[in-house]
Formats: sequence, structure tokens, C-alpha cells
Amino acid sequence: MNITNLFKLAISSLFRNKMRTLLTMLGIIIGIASVIAMVSLGQASTKNVQSELSSMGSNMIMIMPARQMRGGVNMGNASSKSLDENDLKSLKNNTVYVAKVSPMVATSKQLVYGSNNHPCSINGVSEDYLDIRKYSLKSGIMFSEEDVKRYAKVCVIGQTVVNELFTNGEDPIGQVVRFGSIPMTVIGVLAPKGQNQMGEDQDNIVFAPYTTIQKRFSGINYFNMIFASATSEEESEMAATEITYILRSNHGIKTGSNDDFEIRTQEELVSSINSINKMLTMLLAAIASISLIVGGIGIMNIMYVTVTERTKEIGLRMAIGARNSDIKMQFLTESIILSLIGGIIGIFFGLILSYGVSKLLNWPFVISQKAIVISFLVCAFTGIFFGWYPAKKAANMDPISALRYE
Amino acid sequence: MSNEILKIEKLERVFRVGSEDVHALRGVSFTVQSGEFVSIMGTSGSGKSTLLNILGCLDTPSSGEYIIDGVSVKSLSKNELSELRNRKIGFVFQNYNLLARTTALENVELPLIYNKDVPAKERRDRAVAALRLVGLEERMDHTPNQLSGGQQQRVAIARALVNDPVIILADEATGNLDTKTSYEIMSLFQDLHGQGKTIAFVTHEPDIANFTTRKICLRDGQIIEDKPIVPLSAIKALEEISKMPTE
Repeated sequence: MNITNLFKLAISSLFRNKMRTLLTMLGIIIGIASVIAMVSLGQASTKNVQSELSSMGSNMIMIMPARQMRGGVNMGNASSKSLDENDLKSLKNNTVYVAKVSPMVATSKQLVYGSNNHPCSINGVSEDYLDIRKYSLKSGIMFSEEDVKRYAKVCVIGQTVVNELFTNGEDPIGQVVRFGSIPMTVIGVLAPKGQNQMGEDQDNIVFAPYTTIQKRFSGINYFNMIFASATSEEESEMAATEITYILRSNHGIKTGSNDDFEIRTQEELVSSINSINKMLTMLLAAIASISLIVGGIGIMNIMYVTVTERTKEIGLRMAIGARNSDIKMQFLTESIILSLIGGIIGIFFGLILSYGVSKLLNWPFVISQKAIVISFLVCAFTGIFFGWYPAKKAANMDPISALRYE
Repeated sequence: MSNEILKIEKLERVFRVGSEDVHALRGVSFTVQSGEFVSIMGTSGSGKSTLLNILGCLDTPSSGEYIIDGVSVKSLSKNELSELRNRKIGFVFQNYNLLARTTALENVELPLIYNKDVPAKERRDRAVAALRLVGLEERMDHTPNQLSGGQQQRVAIARALVNDPVIILADEATGNLDTKTSYEIMSLFQDLHGQGKTIAFVTHEPDIANFTTRKICLRDGQIIEDKPIVPLSAIKALEEISKMPTE
């Protein structure tokens, strides 16, 4: 029997039991659809993170003081005071691949305006910080180098802060807000950035000159972090090397000793978030593939029923000259077609599902070709694997007793 | 043109049931010449079904020789037996064994699907020709449930003819039919016999056997009678029952 005949035969016998065929396919459809949806949503999430990171500044470099061990106790990240004004100056003046540098001193205070107050973190930064972090201003201006030099009591605030404090709809520019006891003039409002990947509100923020924070609030002379931007994304590794060299020589670290600071480029952040996302995607796909196995068992079950039901037909076919292999191929083709058609429908539904969800979450819609190809192969394999035993059972029937079967 | 189609010699078939050996056939020998219309008679348990299975290459003898159209069956593999059934034998069963929800034409085409040498176009032509031969050309698009018992058996006979077999094996082919329809089917068989087909007809009804040209009677796995007879005409028999008053 040739392939055309096998195919026709399988299609016509599947059509004879439309409802049963549909229900059997449903298992495969659900299995494949969920695998496809999970994988493409996982990839969409990865892509989403990537685009968000590049909106944060893909050439951004973070420099943090290293963890300090005090008597064997790890004091946590950024616990040392190794970064200071001197480092900032060297990074500004002695580098080739570093475009901009801004320190950051973080504190948090209750903000008061009129009868409203709002808890908020205040970051002391330099005038270049907005460029490095890809923030832009909605209105007003950023403070200048001059403001930094003279510890000016000015600040730039985020949209959430505006909403919380200026409830009467007044223009925040030029208004004076109090940070604890210190009054500061609002000179700029940031354009909203929304939540980041971790769900943090990036607009609940206040920027002030770092000198102001150091001298007027915290009374310190070190930085919590230094942000820098490489001249381009490709050069961020070079910039990191450069920074390492400068900081080591500034801090007098001998060859062979560990750095007393830590440098993170976005590349590392991206790859670590990507690997988490990948793991989650794999996990979801693994869970989804369980339903695929259940679907496959459904096929096997129905194929067994079909074979028993059609014992007489099998006997007749053998009597008129079908070889055992013909019978086996007949039922195998049926189960393969069953799972392949189910698979195609499943891929279709999976794409619709992931399209819907990604629209809902405002994620990019990703079609994972790899997932589609793999699902297709899995379907074919499912058809063969779960169709094999029923087909073999059919092929091994004795024609005489099959003909007599009632 | 009188050559040997079938030749069986000292055919034995032993089944093992539990710890006991059951001898279904005990040394059966006969030959069938081309163009014969043989009836094989016997009560149930006489071994006629076993004999038919062996003649149909569905079963192999425990000992003895079976030669069909010059081929010794004894040494053939399963696949070779399948091919032999496909090319040389046409089966007609008591319960027709047509595929449900499949048209008469497709049912008749079935044996040719398993014959690689027959292309799709020729398959259809031959199936139509076979249906014409049994007088069902008009109904080739009907499915079995749209056909009467007699018509279904005609489709089955067309299916047995389509591969141009050397012998047609009929197993109680009239067993499910009323007398009139039985006679119609027998008349069809007589027509086919008239056209030179070789037919072996297994039955337990003596009046059906009377339409054949040779009677072989089996009892307890042995031939007790094997004689040529002058066949009755099925058409005449049909005329007679049509004269009888209907109740």
C-alpha cells in the first residue's frame, strides 16, 4: 500500500468518527498550545527585560564598594566607604572609554509640602545622572555643576512624588518642599518612566545634588555608588577595565589582592536576568509538556479502542492480501495524522493565547520558531510512540479469529 | 484448458486444545481442475472450515502438501502468503464482511489497493467492471447499509472477482440469505462458472450443493464422498419458487 492510499484511508476513517477524533485531538491541542504559549511568553518576558534595560541605559556601568568582612561577618553590599570624591575626579578626567560619571548617595526622608507628606528615597547625584540613566525632564531644568559645587538646596522630583504632594494641581516648579527640616526648591519634574521589571516605581524618586545630601543630610564624604556610562554599549567592557585600573591605583591595591569595589555592566545584569527567565520558561514548558503526555495517552487509548472495534475489518483486509506491515502502517498513519493535526491546531491556539497575553501585559509578541519546530516533532513522535502498540496489536491479529470476531 | 488449480495431498491439521490434540483434518487429498464448481459439504465439526482456511492460505497445514496454481504453500513466509491471497484467491464470506460507511466501489477496490502493480486509474476501472459483472453498476456509490443482503453479497462477490483470482472461495455464502436470494446468488455463481471461473463453495445445505458440478463431503476430517454431479439450474429453481403461492 502506498503513502497516498495510507493517507486517504487514515483521513476517511478519522472523519467517520468526527466527535471522537476531535476529543482525542483536544488533548494534543491543549498540550501543544500550552507549551507554545509558555515558551513564547517566556521569550517575550526576556525580550521585555532587554528592552527595559536598554531604556535604563545599556551602556551604563555601576560601581559599588565591595562587600566588607568585619571579623568574619559579611556586611553586605555597598557596606564599605571606598568610593569618594577623589575616585570621581579620576574617572572624570583620566578615562577614554567613560563618557559620563555621576556618584550616588542615597538616603530616604519624609517629604512635606503644605499639609501633604510622602515617604520617598532621595538620591544625591551629579548633573550627568539623568543622561546616564536615560531619564528626561517633563518640565523645569536639571541642577547644574554650579549647584553641586555650592550644595544648593534644589531638587528634581518624579511624577509619583508630584501626584502625592501637589494634590491641588499646582505647578511644582518653584515650590518649596521640606525634607525633614531642610527646605528645598523644586526646579524640575521628571518624565514618567513607569515600573521597572522588578515592579518598582521608578517615578517615586527625588534627585538632589550629591554634595547637598552628603553635607546637609548625612554628614558623610563617601559615595554609595558611582554610575558611569561607556562611550558606547560595545565599549562598556573596555570602560570597565579602565575603571578597574584607575580605582585599584587610587586605592593602592597591590597586584594579587582583591578589589575593594565591584563593577557591574548591564551585560552581566542582562545575562543574569535572562538566565532566570530561561529557567522559568523551561519550568513552565516542562509543566505544560505533562499535558502533552496526557494527550498522547489519550491517543493511545482511542487507538486501542479503534483497533478492537475494527477487528473484523482487520481480518478482512488480511484475508484479501494486506500484509501485517500494511495493517500496522494503517493504524500508525492514523495516530500520526491525529496528533499532527492536533499539533497544528495547538500551535495556532498557542500563538493566539500568547498574543492575547502579551497584548494584555504590554509585552512584545514573540513567535518562537524553535518551539514550533520542536512541538511539531514532538507531535510526530507522540503519534508514533503512542500509536505503535495499538498498531502492533492490530498487525499481530490472527486473520481467522479476527474474521470471526463479533 | 483443464489444468490443476488446487492440489492437496494427505492434508493434516492438528490443533492443540489444552493437553489434547484435536485432529481437524486427517489426510485429505483432492485436486480441483480449472473451471470446476466444487461444493465442500459437511456438518459443523467436520473440518470444512479448517480446510477452507488452509485453501485460503489463512492457515497452514500441520503436514501434507498444498499446491495452488503451481505454488507450494508449505514453505512460504507470512508476507508471501498475503501476496498469494491477494493475487490468486477471492473470498466470499457468509456475513459479506463489507466495510461499513464505505461505498460499494471502494469496497470492491480494496484488494487492488494492496497490489502495487495496479495503478489508481486501473483500480477504479476494474472495480467498475467487476460491479457490472454482478449487476450492481448502478449502485456503486451506495454504502452497505443502503443495500439489501443479496446486493451486499453481490458486492462481496465483485470484490472477490476484482483481482482476477485463480479460484473463488465461498464460505457459506448463502447462509444469511432467504431461499429466493440464495438462488439468485447461486445463479450468479453459475454464470461466473459458465464464464470459466473456478469456484469452491463451502456449505452445509445439500440443496445449495446441488447447483455445483462436484460434491465433496467431509466427516470427522476425512472425505467420505467425492463425485461429479449434474448441476440443477438456479434460474429454473427461481422460476419454480416464483410460481409457488405466497402466504
